[in-house]
Amino acid sequence: MANPQNATLQRSAKAAPQSSSMATIAPLAGWFFPGLGHFIQRRYIRGLLLMLSVFIMFFAGLGMQGKVYQFNTGDLLDILGFVGDLGSGLLYFLARAMDWGIGNIHRAVADYGTKYIVVAGLLNIIAAIDAHHIAIGKKS
Amino acid sequence: MTFELSHFNAALLFALCASTVFGITQRNTPRDMLRYGAYCFALFAGGVVLASWVMWGIKH
Repeated sequence: MANPQNATLQRSAKAAPQSSSMATIAPLAGWFFPGLGHFIQRRYIRGLLLMLSVFIMFFAGLGMQGKVYQFNTGDLLDILGFVGDLGSGLLYFLARAMDWGIGNIHRAVADYGTKYIVVAGLLNIIAAIDAHHIAIGKKS
Repeated sequence: MTFELSHFNAALLFALCASTVFGITQRNTPRDMLRYGAYCFALFAGGVVLASWVMWGIKH
């Protein structure tokens, strides 16, 4: 029979704030590799779902021939697009290294792809912030 | 590597991924996460259908 006191202790230990280094490492890891910030805090299912969501959006965007923005100081929307894309962390650097995401202005769906890639980065930033909230004990 | 999706399917895939992340990050318990994710998905998908009818109405 489960001891209710032990169960309470386990629950409070899970929700308790972790070390301050984890509060820094978790969001950085989550940004660099989608879902990793949750994985290292043993939230495996959440991490897996977040990773799948970001990966699917990013690669679906590339598949639709969306554009991956480069660093630029020109048009404001291009700068914001770059910031959004950068949110994908490793996926962004991989896409740049492999020269993926050149874009195709002749396909209407390619514009959707560009938005998919930007939103994948933005969602990954939300996930990284969530990993930080778990690390500081604001969320269980 | 190309990926062929209709506009509607692309919108649904977007809704599915975004609502998954919203559900996980904006709520605390698994049950609330599931409910909020489903709520966001319904709003995304419903918004697409509603916007489509509005555009159809403007055209006609």
